[in-house]
Amino acid sequence: MTDVQTTTRKDWMSDQEVRWCPGCGDYSILAAVQFLLPELGVKRENTVFVSGIGCAARFPYYMNTYGMHSIHGRAPAIATGLALSNPDLDVWVIGGDGDMLSIGGNHLIHAMRRNVRVKILLFNNMIYGLTKGQYSPTSEVGKVTKSSPFGSLDRPFDPVSLALGAEAGFVARTHDMDRKHMMATFRRAWEHDGSALVEIFQNCNVFNDGAWGDLTKKANRANMLIELKHGEPIRFGANDEFGVVIDCDGARVAEVAEVGLDAIAVHDEKAEDPSVAFMLSRLALTPHQPTPIGVFRAADRPEYSQATNQQLLDAQAKLGGGDLAALLRSGGTWTVEG
Amino acid sequence: MTQTETRQHPVEELDEVVIRFAGDSGDGMQLTGDRFTSASAVMGNDLSTLPEFPAEIRAPAGTIAGVSVFQVRISDFDISTPGDAPDVLVAMNPAALKSQLPRVVQGGIIIINTDAFNDRNLEKAGYESNPLEDGTLEGYRVYPVPMTDLTRRSTEHLGVKPRDAERSKNFFALGVVSWMFTRPVEPTIDWIHQKFAGKELVIAANEAAFKAGYNYGETAEIFEAHYEIKSAHMPPGEYTNVNGNTALSWGIVATGGLAKLPVFLGSYPITPASDILHELSRRKNFGIRTFQAEDEIAACGAALGAAYGGNLAYTTTSGPGLALKTETIGLAVSLEVPLVIVDVQRGGPSTGLPTKPEAADLLMAMYGRNSESPIPIVAAKSPSDCFFAAIEAARIALKYRTPVMLLSDGFLANSSEPWLLPDVDSLPDISVEKATQPNGMDEDGNPVFLPYLRDPETLARPWAVPGTPGLEHRVGGLEKEDPTGNVSYDPANHAHMIELRAAKVAGIAKDIPEVEVHGNPDADLLVLGWGSTWGAIDAAAHRAADRGMDVAYAHLTHLNPFPSNLGEVLSRYDRILVPEMNCGQLSRLVRAEYLVDAQSLSKMNGVPFTSGEILAAIAEQLGA
Ligand code: SF4
Repeated sequence: MTDVQTTTRKDWMSDQEVRWCPGCGDYSILAAVQFLLPELGVKRENTVFVSGIGCAARFPYYMNTYGMHSIHGRAPAIATGLALSNPDLDVWVIGGDGDMLSIGGNHLIHAMRRNVRVKILLFNNMIYGLTKGQYSPTSEVGKVTKSSPFGSLDRPFDPVSLALGAEAGFVARTHDMDRKHMMATFRRAWEHDGSALVEIFQNCNVFNDGAWGDLTKKANRANMLIELKHGEPIRFGANDEFGVVIDCDGARVAEVAEVGLDAIAVHDEKAEDPSVAFMLSRLALTPHQPTPIGVFRAADRPEYSQATNQQLLDAQAKLGGGDLAALLRSGGTWTVEG
Repeated sequence: MTQTETRQHPVEELDEVVIRFAGDSGDGMQLTGDRFTSASAVMGNDLSTLPEFPAEIRAPAGTIAGVSVFQVRISDFDISTPGDAPDVLVAMNPAALKSQLPRVVQGGIIIINTDAFNDRNLEKAGYESNPLEDGTLEGYRVYPVPMTDLTRRSTEHLGVKPRDAERSKNFFALGVVSWMFTRPVEPTIDWIHQKFAGKELVIAANEAAFKAGYNYGETAEIFEAHYEIKSAHMPPGEYTNVNGNTALSWGIVATGGLAKLPVFLGSYPITPASDILHELSRRKNFGIRTFQAEDEIAACGAALGAAYGGNLAYTTTSGPGLALKTETIGLAVSLEVPLVIVDVQRGGPSTGLPTKPEAADLLMAMYGRNSESPIPIVAAKSPSDCFFAAIEAARIALKYRTPVMLLSDGFLANSSEPWLLPDVDSLPDISVEKATQPNGMDEDGNPVFLPYLRDPETLARPWAVPGTPGLEHRVGGLEKEDPTGNVSYDPANHAHMIELRAAKVAGIAKDIPEVEVHGNPDADLLVLGWGSTWGAIDAAAHRAADRGMDVAYAHLTHLNPFPSNLGEVLSRYDRILVPEMNCGQLSRLVRAEYLVDAQSLSKMNGVPFTSGEILAAIAEQLGA
């Protein structure tokens, strides 16, 4: 799309000094977004980043666009109102795992089910960073942190499973070590007509360093990241020697040579029923097992803000534009003579 | 006089009457009361209504908890309250009689559906003996009418099943009362046809029951007289009967046009505010976007997002919902965007009394956010005033780029009064300019946008909405640097910004009407009110004046900031009495602000003040 590119990354960088810890994965996500937006050919004035609270939520300050750093957990709700108020806006929501899945969990699932034009980038570092290292809703059971000195007891959420369960139309996953993959995934989210959730494995090098390392280190990727491609058999490994088999027991990894290529599931991101995508999201329940990334689901559904506008247009077509004087008389009137 | 003669009933003239329709929640008392009110409105009476319903949707039939009540006061003079004690009680069952009898004036009229007074119902109501027989009703004028049976018989010929026929007994009751108070029958018959259009049998049954009730009054031997209430001397013009929630909704509809902005409502169902959501959801042809959010927080958040996006945004709720919205309102204080929060107050704390009014959220509206986060507060004083209060709240929100709290309560929400319709062309223009251009220079002389550079007059910051080229900027809940809007932890800047936000809200005092003193301005006693107590205070002050007591009274529609002359007004009076449906919240505010000895008259039982209660307090203050 370089033909429509009239801006460069620099145009999208604000004058504010970026203040994440040196080495934080947030930097590379910021760069991926700043590189992508010129490619999309969108306008700065029509782009808004809304965030909640947390390290990731500082993101809007670093974008030379409209932006709102709001309150903890509420960004999806605020962004929904914003998207409804102006159909021309590209509304992005930025938040971490605590922000989106804990305090803001309710807003996240409802933004998903409504399929409203907000693109949610969920920076998952499996820890609370800004408050200095407590376990989060994606931390593994037994995680030792300041608030769980004897190990956390809470079972973690898988954000992709949660989003699929919440009837999301678009759900994808990427990671902070691969800018190209991030850009391609964010582009797909942007192209989806409705809400989109992208989980990004993000390294918090201060409080949870290397938590995703088994998956995202260059040397591990071929055997540990399962790239989902629509219409293709789900295979991975340096020589595509592994594949994913899906049956009544769910999804599991198999050697292609052993089960045969025909037994390997073909990925269908457009499937009406999210059950298979859900099984894929349950394939790895720890960050130490082969894990699918890419687009899990990209199903067409009516977009909420357009549907809202359509109801207004239909009402106007049927009843005519509003007449206040007539409305005030709609309950019947009587006249007192002078 | 023989049985065959048609009795000529004498017509007595009354200047007012208060009627209470009471029955089981399934008996259709709200519909009956509402219909009687409309028929009275057509006759030019002034009127005021007060519905009371149980909190449970299906409270057990026949029990006191399930009693649903509609009180209407009609008069030939200007009234402002639904009346204190009813002169007439229509009791459809024993529970209705038991719960309402204590309110009826001595010697009042009681019309009873005797068919409902069977052993089972008597027991459910907690009667040990039948009140129709045991002397309980001595001292009242009791009219026992077998309404269920008469309704059944009047609809028999239509082929209505007896069980279905019973459902029309409220129309029989309506017929009796309509006859008793010489209401015209045609409007009600027309209304029955409209309301039940398409259900021919229901129309026929209701009409038959209504007429049978009316004729029963005319021909039965039991009524001595019927009554007439002449039309009130109301200012000429076109009237409608409106309740507070509807008026408030229509006010919100109006603001879209007056501000030339799309209206957005973010809301979550809650009693007694839901009717605003319902009414606005029907008004899509006015371009009104309603959004039923997943919770109260999201409702307020979405409204804030829409306000940031350039809509005129509202969120509506009641007390418990307001508690949830407070953090978002705090963000709106920091962002300085226009947003109207409507709180239809109800009994609390916690879930409290969802269907009963209280006005105890004033201090929450004033202070219920973390840190120093002042917001303007507007309060409606009567059902129809809710319309104008909504416009005023939006005007302030837009002009000063601030969240504004609009307070109503469960009494205003559901009670109704005749409203002399305003000329819609005379409503104020509340539109404001949005920012379109950079408003400053950087060090190199390049134009820049300074999002917190304020209007020197109003201290409002520019409203620069996404989609405007060249004004891209970031806002948020972290403290802002004046005027760049960049995040700032500088101590002096923080103190300065707190002062600026406070000064902006305080400065609105220059832009709101001064408080007016009614009654005798030279009196020693001032009754100071706010919100829905207006009607009762006004009536009490008139009654006090009639009895030779000197009383001044004033009513606040703006509670933050207070009108600029309030301190001076309060200083003129030796005694200040503040009636409130709370434990003295306004009295505390004026004591703190003006160091005056304001005395609280508190009422906290979920029932609005009667004028009699306020009159008694006035008399006590004056030693009369
Ligand atoms: S605490 Fe962790 S997530 Fe936060 S900025 Fe530092 S490295 Fe990044």
